[in-house]
Amino acid sequence: MRLTPLMTWLIVCYAFLYAPIGFLLAFSFNASRLVTAWSGASLRWYVALAHDGQLLDAALLSLRIAAASATLALIVGTLAGYALARFRPFRGRTVFAAAVAAPLILPEVITGLSLLLLFVALEQAVGWPAGRGATTVTLAHASVSVAYVAVVVRARLADAGTALEEAAMDLYAPPLVAFARVTLPLMAPALAAGWLLAFTLSLDDVVVASFTSGPGASTLPMVVFSLTRLGATPEIYALATMIVLVVTVILLVVARLRAARWATASSRPADTGGQHVDACD
Amino acid sequence: MLALPWAWLGLFLLAPAAIVLKISLAVPADGVPPYSALLHWGAGVLPDVAINLDSYALILGDPLYLHALLLSLKVAGLATLVCLLAGYPMALAIARAPERYRNMLLLAAMLPFWTGFLMRINAWIGLLQDDGWINTALVALGFGAQQLLYTDTAMYIGIVYTYLPFMVLPLYARLTQLDPVLLEAAGDLGARPFVAFLRVTLPLSLPGVWAGLLLVFIPAVGEYVIPELLGGPQAQLVGRVLWEEFFANRDWPTASALAVMLLGLLLILPGGLWQVVRRARPGS
Repeated sequence: MRLTPLMTWLIVCYAFLYAPIGFLLAFSFNASRLVTAWSGASLRWYVALAHDGQLLDAALLSLRIAAASATLALIVGTLAGYALARFRPFRGRTVFAAAVAAPLILPEVITGLSLLLLFVALEQAVGWPAGRGATTVTLAHASVSVAYVAVVVRARLADAGTALEEAAMDLYAPPLVAFARVTLPLMAPALAAGWLLAFTLSLDDVVVASFTSGPGASTLPMVVFSLTRLGATPEIYALATMIVLVVTVILLVVARLRAARWATASSRPADTGGQHVDACD
Repeated sequence: MLALPWAWLGLFLLAPAAIVLKISLAVPADGVPPYSALLHWGAGVLPDVAINLDSYALILGDPLYLHALLLSLKVAGLATLVCLLAGYPMALAIARAPERYRNMLLLAAMLPFWTGFLMRINAWIGLLQDDGWINTALVALGFGAQQLLYTDTAMYIGIVYTYLPFMVLPLYARLTQLDPVLLEAAGDLGARPFVAFLRVTLPLSLPGVWAGLLLVFIPAVGEYVIPELLGGPQAQLVGRVLWEEFFANRDWPTASALAVMLLGLLLILPGGLWQVVRRARPGS
């Protein structure tokens, strides 16, 4: 690549995006509590992190909420995305599309406030959900994430077109079989991406969780937020470093898997079924 | 198959919106919940409706709230503009890179998103504090030490840093769709690269620009965490005021009325801007 002015600008912006992350990684290994001066390498903050019951409990709770809300959002979001991409124009489609996408840009304080008020009203009306806690945070996160899953699934289906499904129907596949053997494999990458996106959003959210959570159910971002109010903390840098490590490993594994699948799919061009579908796009 | 998504949207989007509107019209009360009921079943068949506009009168009458709304629009507008000016060349650079590098470059722009938002803000606190590395660099360059943390500068840095990827993504998506043949044609007809960009690439990329502006501006107007953690006490954005009303003052009706007004503003503003742009454009 030539170093054009555009490329130089891109590098400057990447430096801006990555400087704080590099700083986190480096100073998580600092021996001192100060994040302003390097005073020797140490694993002190990792040891402190491993013994911090509050942070670990919160992390565990956040992982549970993230997994549950992502799964819930996957089910509803896939239905919504499929309806938007494949159904013939139905009554209220415009309203439906707008309502599905609204949480994408709605400010978090509005989402959080309105969902909390919903949970309070529901509790008064039908007695469920009783109090606020992990359940209400899960529902709140799922209601935001549905939008992300729906958008990803809809885009994937729109990109893929309907030719393969029509071909399956022409070859007398019953609708359900066509869905299971053609549409579902077509959607699979979007389902994985949507679930992961929902999972990450839940794991990263502090505003909606603060509104909809209750006593005794502090998620990881809520704890990190209260610590961050007190200033920079190397223990949080250690936690961030662990997260960067996990994300990097996952990305590398995904990249390897995709490369491997690509190799098998292209070495057997006559292969039928799901892999063939993948090789087409 | 539509029943489940419709029911879901009704429960988690439309019902909450109606409840917020309802509570914004109620009177603050002591107790749980801290607001009065809107409907009273009295002697008649129909319930008495007790609509109370005090919360709206309070917001419109007290300069604190109007100031918060205007300040939020200003901060979000300026930050969005910086995101556009920085993000457009980024997206263009990625879109014009050789094809085999594009996905990698795009991934690099999105990757910080997966490393914990609050943790990156915490890193900025460390970098911006009085004896932090940025001040060390400023002193070394002869600018002298500045207070950066808990100022508007820090808040703008935080917002631009957080939302930049959301600007780059829709711009890139639009710019890669453009047919390079159009630029070649402009070049063949004697347009210099910059003129070709202004007359061909820029107009065709406008849908991406609009998407990016919306994706950054609207969430940024309601931003709470960044002004709270990086901005000073004077940075009373509407998200922060709403949060205070709700959590510190337990004034749910006022918080709800603020949410309704913010939402109304966000619904009207992009539409209004769009009308202005359409009128200003010749030949329409």
